[in-house]
Formats: sequence, C-alpha cells, structure tokens
Amino acid sequence: MSTTDAAEAPPPARVVLVTGGSRGIGLACARRFQALGDKVAITYRTAPPAELAGPGAGTVALLPVPCDVRDPAQVESAFAAVEQAFGPVEVLVANAGVTKDTLLLRMGEEAWHEVLDTNLTGVYRVVRRAVGPMVRAHRGRIVLVSSVVAFFGSPGQVNYGAAKAGLVGLARSLAREVGSRGITVNVVAPGVVDTDMIASLGEQRVEQLLALVPLGRRASPADVAGAVAFLASDDAAYITGAVLPVDGGLAMGL
Amino acid sequence: MPDASFDKFKACAIDVLQVPADKVVPEARFGDDLDADSLDLVELVMALEEAFDVTVDESELEGIETVGQAYELISAKL
Repeated sequence: MSTTDAAEAPPPARVVLVTGGSRGIGLACARRFQALGDKVAITYRTAPPAELAGPGAGTVALLPVPCDVRDPAQVESAFAAVEQAFGPVEVLVANAGVTKDTLLLRMGEEAWHEVLDTNLTGVYRVVRRAVGPMVRAHRGRIVLVSSVVAFFGSPGQVNYGAAKAGLVGLARSLAREVGSRGITVNVVAPGVVDTDMIASLGEQRVEQLLALVPLGRRASPADVAGAVAFLASDDAAYITGAVLPVDGGLAMGL
Repeated sequence: MPDASFDKFKACAIDVLQVPADKVVPEARFGDDLDADSLDLVELVMALEEAFDVTVDESELEGIETVGQAYELISAKL
C-alpha cells in the first residue's frame, strides 16, 4: 500500500465461499470471515445451519446455498447463486467432507468411492469452478481443509486419509499453475477438533489421540478458522503450497 | 475468411492477453510476440469458446503457436 491512510482503512469486504459451512469447522470459518466484514456464502448438503438466524448472525450477510459437491450441476448452480448475490468468489474454503470409516478389509468400493468423491473429487469440482474468475481477476485465495489423518494415518480411515492426502498434491500443483496470477493455494490440516465428525470416532479413540497431543486438548472449530483466515489474509500473500497443521502438535514433523 | 469474425477473435485476444491491437496479426506468435503464458492461452481459448459458441478439444490445441493458426482453428468450426 502506498499511503498510510490505506493501511489504516479497514480491508475491503471480500466474497468468501465456504463449502460444508453449515456446522463444525466450515461454520466457524464462515463466522470468522463474517466478523472480518466479508460477504460470506456457505454451501450445505443436509440442512442450512440451525443457528443462522440466531445470536451468531451478524449484520453482514451469510448466504446459505444448497450444494452436494458430488454433483457438478449443483456446484455450478451454487457458484452462480453466489456470483449473483455477491459477485465472483475471491476466497474459497474447500471444507466439505464426509467419513465412512471401516477397516480396509471390510471397506467396499462404495465406501471408498463415496469418500473420495466428496472429499477429493468434490474439491476438484469447486476449485475448478472458482479458479477461472480468480485468474481473470489476478487475485484469489484458496484454502483446502485436509486432515492430520493425511500424515498421521488412522485405522479405519484408508479412504479418508487417501482423499485428504490427495488434497496436498492438488493444492501444490494448482499453486504452481496459478501463482503467476497472485492466487495462493494452501492447505490446513486439523487434528482432533471438537466437531460432530470427531464425535463419531467414539470417546475412547478420541481419548487415545488426545494422549498424543502435546497441547493436551481438542481444537475448537474456531482454532482452525483462525488458521484459515490467516491463509486467506493479506499477511499470507507470500505463502502458497503450504500445509499448516492445526493439530496441537499431534503429527509434528510428518 | 475475413473481417467480422477476425475482428471478434482479435477483440478476445486484446481483452484476455492485454496486448495492443496492432500486435494481434496472423503471424504473431503467442509466446514470443504476445508474451502469453500457458494460462493466458487457456483463458483465451475459453473466451473464444464463449464468444464463438464453439468447443475446442485439448488435442486440437497442439501445435497452435500463432494468431493465424488459432483463428483458423476457430473459424473452421463456424
């Protein structure tokens, strides 16, 4: 910025899209961007966030759009809806994900494909749709929500771990493709976060994992949202292709 | 195949590649003369597909290096 005035002015509102934004990490990210004054859209598959009209709702818009990322047509219509309401997406947080856990010996093709289709191919779909307008605008921020499971492994999550590891390769190749346009592509790798998804692992497994977490506690969804917001911020302008663990130290060095 | 459609082609190239109009001539090479990288070319192809309502397959782009070659590829589809 060339003037001191500009440095003191609040940053202009950006158009942010968070997939899987109706709960957990996605909703926390949406709330964080909302608090920063951004125009935020979220996609949901099962239901829009219950608390949307509740006390968390600010004065700034939070637009829910239905989208199952397994369906290219729904991805297209979700982006069209966001563009119509707010304009082109400038910050994409690809967060939508599912689990279908079982040990490999009992993991059928269906459980494999379902998780890969949402967690990896779904990210390909939303990123592919988002990147065109970003290339034309010569700016953009893409943050993919991976998982500690990509690096640390987790029994029963061969499908999930493969998909989440795949996001790193996706992000790094894309970072090289669009770097010349000032677009950054980064990954956060959350660990044990206090969400419905983690609860589905069962209390015993969660306790086992927590015993290995140097910080000794679960992350709150807001802990992850802070890292995502940082990677989307001007302060992270020179960071691309990075994987930022938000795991309390669980997988450090992996 | 003259003017109207080449003008439209040229307008796309000027807009996407941000080059002056007088540089968009049939013999201009995208890389050397128009300073376009691979992403620029993808953008140009997408803009042309939209402007001319045609579809260009990846394989058809092989060996296309000049404005004239690209224009021929598009105009053959019209």
